[in-house]
This record gives sequence, C-alpha cells and structure tokens, in this order.
Amino acid sequence: MRFQVASDQSLLVYFDPAAKKGEAEGPPPKEQITLEAREQVRRLLRLLELEPIVGVRNLHPAYGSLLIKFDALKLRHDELENLLRTYVERMRSVALPEPRLVEIPVCYGGEYGPDLNEVAELHQMTVEQAIELHASARYLVYFLGFAPGFAYLGDVDEQLATPRLPSPRKSVPAGSVGIAGRQTGVYPISTPGGWRLLGRTPLKMFQPDRAQMSLLALGDRVRFVPIAPQQFVKLALGNA
Amino acid sequence: MSLIEVQSPGLLTTVQDLGREGFGPVGVSPSGAADPISLRIGNRLVGNAEGAAALEMTLVGGTFLFPERSVVALAGSDFGASLDDVAVDMWTSVEVCSGQTLRTGPTRTGARCYLCVRGGIEVKLFLGSASTHLLSGLGGFDGRALQKGDVLRIGTAGGTFRTFRKGSVVGWALKQLLPRKILRVTAGPQSDWFYEATRKAFYAGTYRLAEESNRMGLRLQGTPVTSSSGGEMISEGVSLGAVQITAGGLPIILFVEQQTTGGYPKIANVISADLSSLGQLRPRDEIQFELVEMEVARALLAAQEKLLATKELIVE
Repeated sequence: MRFQVASDQSLLVYFDPAAKKGEAEGPPPKEQITLEAREQVRRLLRLLELEPIVGVRNLHPAYGSLLIKFDALKLRHDELENLLRTYVERMRSVALPEPRLVEIPVCYGGEYGPDLNEVAELHQMTVEQAIELHASARYLVYFLGFAPGFAYLGDVDEQLATPRLPSPRKSVPAGSVGIAGRQTGVYPISTPGGWRLLGRTPLKMFQPDRAQMSLLALGDRVRFVPIAPQQFVKLALGNA
Repeated sequence: MSLIEVQSPGLLTTVQDLGREGFGPVGVSPSGAADPISLRIGNRLVGNAEGAAALEMTLVGGTFLFPERSVVALAGSDFGASLDDVAVDMWTSVEVCSGQTLRTGPTRTGARCYLCVRGGIEVKLFLGSASTHLLSGLGGFDGRALQKGDVLRIGTAGGTFRTFRKGSVVGWALKQLLPRKILRVTAGPQSDWFYEATRKAFYAGTYRLAEESNRMGLRLQGTPVTSSSGGEMISEGVSLGAVQITAGGLPIILFVEQQTTGGYPKIANVISADLSSLGQLRPRDEIQFELVEMEVARALLAAQEKLLATKELIVE
C-alpha cells in the first residue's frame, strides 16, 4: 500500500504493488493489477462507507486504487493517512456483500451494435464467434466511473480485445454495450464515447428513483445474454 | 408561489448550487456552480443560505420576467444587467417589483454570472442537490439548460419579507477575490512521470483556453507537454482541478462535471483557493501555472474562507 497526495483536498491510496514509488521515471506496467489489490479497494471502500471519517467528502474507487476527497480545512493529508492505516488494519474482517450474478440481455449487431462487424473482421472471425466470445465470459465489476452507473467490466477475452475508436462518437445511445481493450461496459446514459459498440441492452443501468440506483455494484459478476431484436423491443417496452 | 419566466435563456443557463458530494462510488460527480465563491456571496446578498440554488449564466445572459415582487443579486462577471432598462449594479441586492423584467447580455468581464433570488430556485433535488449535470442530463431543471418559455419556481426558504434593505459587497473584498489568470497549483500525483525540462516548460508556458471547453473540462492549447509514459496509465480516481495531459500532450483541467476516474497522467492540480477562478475563464483567455507548496495552498484556502466568513463582507 502506498499513499500519494493528489491535490490539496485529495489523497490517493494505491494497493497495487506495481505502483511502488522510487522506481525509474515512468508508469507501472498495465497488466499488474492483482486480484488482491482489487479486493483491498473493495474492503477499504466498504469500511469507509460503514464508518465514515469526519471531513471525508467523497470516494473514487478504481482498479487498484481509491481517491479520497476531504475538507482541507478539517483534515491534513498526514492525519488522514494515519486514520486510513487503522482502517486498513481492520478491513480484513469487514463483511462484504455477497457478489451477485447479474444477467444482462443484449441484442448484438445491426443498428444496436454498429461496430460488431468491424470488430469481427479485425480479429478474422465470424460475427457469431465474436458474440460467442463476448457472451460466454463472466465479467467482474471492477468499479463504477466515467458517468453515473458506468461499470468497468473485465476481462474481455484476449482474442476479442480491441482498441477504442480513433475518434469518439459524439453520442452513444443509452444501453449500448461496448469494448475497449480488455474492458467491456454498458453506457447507462447517452454520452459521447469511444468504445466499440457490439450491441445494446433494453435494461436501465442507472435510474435515480430506483432503490438501487445503479444496476451494477462493485464486485458483482456479470453475464451478457444474447437476445433477438423482437425480444429487445418487448423488454424495452416492459421497462418504459 | 413566486415564479420567474424565462423570456430568453442566454447562451447556456443552468440551475446550480454547491453540488452533490459523496456519489463517486456510483460514478456521479458533484457538478455544482463553476464559480462557487460568486454563488455563495450572491446568495448572502439576498439573505439565502450560501448553497441555495441559483441561475448560472454563461458568456451571454438571459432575460427574465418576475410576475411577483422579489429580491435578486447578480454575482460573478458583469453581464450588463438592467431592470426595465435601468442599469443594475453587480454584487448588490436589488428589489424587483412585480411585472419587472431583468435583462442581461454578453459578458464584459469573465465567463459566468449568477442570478441569485431570495428563496432560491426550487427544483426537484437529485441526490440531495439542485445542480444540473448537463452531460448526463440529471438534476437541475429537467436535467438541461434553460429554454425560452420555461417557468421557474422560487422557493420559500427566504421567508416573507416586508422591508427591503439594500446590501453590497465591500470593494476591498472583491479585489481580493478577483479571478486569477495565473493559477496556483500543487504537484500532481504523476508529476514525476514528466522530465524536469518538460515540467519547467509547463510552468514557463502560456496556455489558451480552447473553444471546446465546458463544465466537464477546460481544454488548453499551447506547447504540448509530453510524459515519459506516452500518455497512458491505469485508470484511477481523479480530483477536481487536476491538470491531466492527454496522449497528444495537451492539458485538460478537470472541472465540476468531471469524470470520477481517468487514465491520463496528472502533472499538477489547481489549488482549492483558485478553483472559482476556473469558472470565470473564457475561451481564448491566456493562463499560466504557478507551482506552490501544499502548506501555501492550505493557508490560501484558510485565508479565503476567513474572508468569506467576515461579517463586514456585505455592507448596507
């Protein structure tokens, strides 16, 4: 674990051993986020939610790190670090919610997945094989970020890993299922975005007036289930 | 119930308060006023709590009809306001009689002007805040910028008033709170990913605010900054005011509607005391960065808050 000052009102906690300080100038290797680091982020986040620290204003979890934003008039970085060390010591015993398996119906290709053909071609496979590769895996929700309810899911099969579009779309429809590198995710709301779109789900990923605002939570497992266009329309009507 | 009728919305006018903190874990950023200091002072002028919801106007202001008697104040940049064709002072509470029209126009100074109304603007709260988050279409008035014909409700938080007493912000305080073009920053979490010479060039350089800047991020043009990483890293939580360097080497300052996480290295972070200045930057404005120690950043914030808390800030 390592602390890093991010601003005069925020502190980063890195759990990733690859992000050790003192190494030569340059970034840590990308593939080095261990499962353990992910678990530690989840535990610290959970403990901070259960027992909030006075003066802490916001928490931004990511792959192997947690950014903590605080009131700079109430807390100093070193004070927060000391408090966090006691949290980290105790977090082993935190009960984490049982991870759920969430099934997300997806209509692949066509107008719903405008990049599916290109992705399949790029990897010299058929469209059916690309769908099969995407839908057969079980994904883990690493964290939510970018936009309300946007879950970063991984890992996409290496054979399907595809870089982002060279220039992002101005508007991606809500429900679009995309991939970027070995990540996959569902756009909860219509936003600009550069992920390659394979399909679309009729489910509402983010709904402010729902008990569970975001359909997905940190640590959940996700499976995509292919559906036909007629089913998409039927389900979408049912959600309206 | 008092109302405001939007006769013309201006270029980009949204309902904003001090934003919603605490929803980073679900990917929701705080949003809120781009220049919170102006919003807070404007609210005090009309007798509201500092964080009441008001209208944030951008570059060109709108025209608003008040069917009922109200008290308003304009804070931030001077948008040349007039009330039934009589000029209205900035940073001063103003009584509006029923049926009067408040007009604002293009800015004469910075990017944003706040129209604060006694009682605050009343909208349905989203996650405890009235702030509009434009990118996601959530919060504020229908999650969007105001349009011609919209009718806003004025809240009753200000209570009823009988006599109007004019208040103005004292000049010496305004001088101290003037928006800055030289932004003070602390070192960013990846500042050591940049070579010494690159860092020097960054702090010596002048950057121009690009037209595509918005409430999500302020895009800068100028000498590109190259990092030893080639601009990519593992996504991590990002802080308001972070100066991230994109793959092309151009800086983007993360702003109030920022993403909660990001994958570009951050060379610097604008200090809290200068965040309000970001909200007053206009496209093509030229800015520079000045590196300060953490202790200095903390002291500047404490001094600013002390100034904002002074009773003598507003005089009759």
